[in-house]
Amino acid sequence: MASVDYIPRKTVLQSLRDRYFSTLANTALTLLSAFIIGAIIWKVLNWAILGAVFSTQGGAEACRAASGACWSVITARWRLILFGLYPHEEHWRSGLACVVVVVMTVLSCLPRFWSGRAIAIIWVGGFLAFYFLMKGGILGLTVVEEAKWGGLSLTVFIFLATVLIGMPLSIVWALLRRSELPWISGTTAVIIDSIRSLPLLSILFTFAVVLPFVLPSWASGDKLYRVIVGMALFFSAYQAEIIRGGMQGVPKGQEEAAKSLGIAYWHRVSRILLPQAFKNALPATINQIVITFKETSLVIIIGFFEILASGNAAYGTGEWTFAFVEVYAFIALVYFVFVFSLSRYGAYLERRMAVSER
Amino acid sequence: MLALWNSQGFRRIFLQVAYVGGIFALIITCVAVARHNLDAQGISSGFDFLYKSTGWNIGFSLIDFKAVDPYWKVLMIGLLNTLFLGTIGLVLATIVGMIIGLARTSENDLARLLGTIYVETFRNIPLIVQVLFWYAVATRFPPVKQAYSFADSIFISSRGLYVPGLNVTGLAAFLAICALLLALGLIVWFSAANRFKRIEPNIRRKTRWLIFASGTAVAIGILYLGRIPETPLVSIPALKGLNFRGGIRLTPEFAALVIAIAIYGGGYIAEIVRGGFKAVGRGQIEASQSLGLNRFQIFTRVKFPLALRAMLPILTNQYVWLMKATTMGIAIGFTDFFMVVSISINQSGQTLELIGILMGGFLLINFTLAAVLNRINKAIALKGDQLRM
Repeated sequence: MASVDYIPRKTVLQSLRDRYFSTLANTALTLLSAFIIGAIIWKVLNWAILGAVFSTQGGAEACRAASGACWSVITARWRLILFGLYPHEEHWRSGLACVVVVVMTVLSCLPRFWSGRAIAIIWVGGFLAFYFLMKGGILGLTVVEEAKWGGLSLTVFIFLATVLIGMPLSIVWALLRRSELPWISGTTAVIIDSIRSLPLLSILFTFAVVLPFVLPSWASGDKLYRVIVGMALFFSAYQAEIIRGGMQGVPKGQEEAAKSLGIAYWHRVSRILLPQAFKNALPATINQIVITFKETSLVIIIGFFEILASGNAAYGTGEWTFAFVEVYAFIALVYFVFVFSLSRYGAYLERRMAVSER
Repeated sequence: MLALWNSQGFRRIFLQVAYVGGIFALIITCVAVARHNLDAQGISSGFDFLYKSTGWNIGFSLIDFKAVDPYWKVLMIGLLNTLFLGTIGLVLATIVGMIIGLARTSENDLARLLGTIYVETFRNIPLIVQVLFWYAVATRFPPVKQAYSFADSIFISSRGLYVPGLNVTGLAAFLAICALLLALGLIVWFSAANRFKRIEPNIRRKTRWLIFASGTAVAIGILYLGRIPETPLVSIPALKGLNFRGGIRLTPEFAALVIAIAIYGGGYIAEIVRGGFKAVGRGQIEASQSLGLNRFQIFTRVKFPLALRAMLPILTNQYVWLMKATTMGIAIGFTDFFMVVSISINQSGQTLELIGILMGGFLLINFTLAAVLNRINKAIALKGDQLRM
């Protein structure tokens, strides 16, 4: 009995040694990593908090004297970065519109709203609320033209509109590509693959600058909406392949069973094929949406005053020219919060689905 | 008529003709309208403009360029710049990705944590924000007179990084790098492809050395031929007057782009590397341990080759993506292919032709890259009955 009771237990010290100091190489790796992590934490803490200046009281001069970050540039210019050229007294509308979008994103992450109709209502409703908050003209809000939109809300607007136009378009592309008619599927495949092998910038450039030559003047519309259409086209080419991948994961028997029951094409697609395809494609779809949000920042090159451009303006003039690191850190943080939380959510979904399929 | 519509055969043909015809009609209408609009501006169509001189100069070029040179030359320089930036960016991103990816799969918690911090930080910030940030950093170094110097041969200033270099033309340097990369690719292919598996190990080793030696020889030969006459072979930058003379100058634009692409792409490649190593079965490693291989042998002979097979298809997509990301040069004024085309459109007005050239150029680069990598992938993939799970 005594020998059964006796199981040698590792002490804390032993297990530490096994994990971090088992060999000479491992010890060196541990020490190096610990040193780098410590250095990063110390530097960031020192720069961002301990030695930083937060208030605008001393102006730019107080910042130059400080050892750390100069957050007063954000305190002084945050309205410019977030809202761009939007009229000052209407800033609450721009801010509220961004809050609407955050609420909308959180709602569509909850499984209870995962049906085609609920998602469509949330997104279209959210988009309309966003649009009318920004543009005004109803309920006594003054009209603010698109040309004055800027900063974070312009980024969000382009992103929302891209996904809203691109998602239905991608379903159409995916269905066309797996059509039984060879010429339709072949032509669609060529279109999708060509769009996918071009850089997004060249497509944006074509839509912003070249399209006015190519279209009759009544059809070319505002530059902002042309760029949105270009981004939606690019998004839909990638998303179509993701949905097609999801469709390939639906067992063939499902469609055959539906056919044998005499269910018509549109019903087969909308009630049987698409719901299952979307479930399969969900993690990849979230990933693509995250990428699209990051790519929205490219419109700065076409000359839009989105968050990156307004950030450049915030440090580019006058007394704050030295404080570019702080402004970029702020913008990076805005992107990081959104992208990181969505991609964590995608990873969580992936794990959850892997469990449910076991 | 209704009977005709009800026949399935007719409907199939009708739908296909309508779809394809509709797309062609759209394209033809667009081109016709564009022709009309451009004619109204007095811009003649066709590719004759390629032989006209540009009248403007270019910021970054590997070969000599003057304002009197024709458009085809400026477009070629743009393409060359894109390839140059892409090649260096891809190589650096792969190295960064390998290191971070290995840290992410390490058994050491701290090293893994470090890798995670890297990946989560740099992947979640848009590339263009990083490009603009590094550009702002690169242009804020002290002016030439007060440049930081290391051992009096490397200088960092707001006008760029100056390092000692060989007195060769930029084109020759690029070709030499290509030759070395080609030799490296050949060695990988030769080592991994199944068709060479039966050759004796001794001869295999010798062949590898031969490929390596001949690749190096070709590179040196190219460098020798591309030497700028009547100069010493090695040139060291030195302050003369208001600027540095000699050495290689990396412009702030180029440096910012390379750094951003290497860091951002490295984050993505690290995840691909991690996925590749995770795909190597535990049994494979246990089997090689029981055969008495040491850790180094397990890594080079078992883990890495198997992981590479899992990585390569995804890596291909990532490389194509990074190649496309070089177009961000326009944000900070690096004259890559895209920027050259867009300046040309502004200057010459030959919109349609230049857009066609732009798209054709990128289709060519990306399809070639994908084809080469797919070829390597096919050569090293497991075949048929080798697949035992």
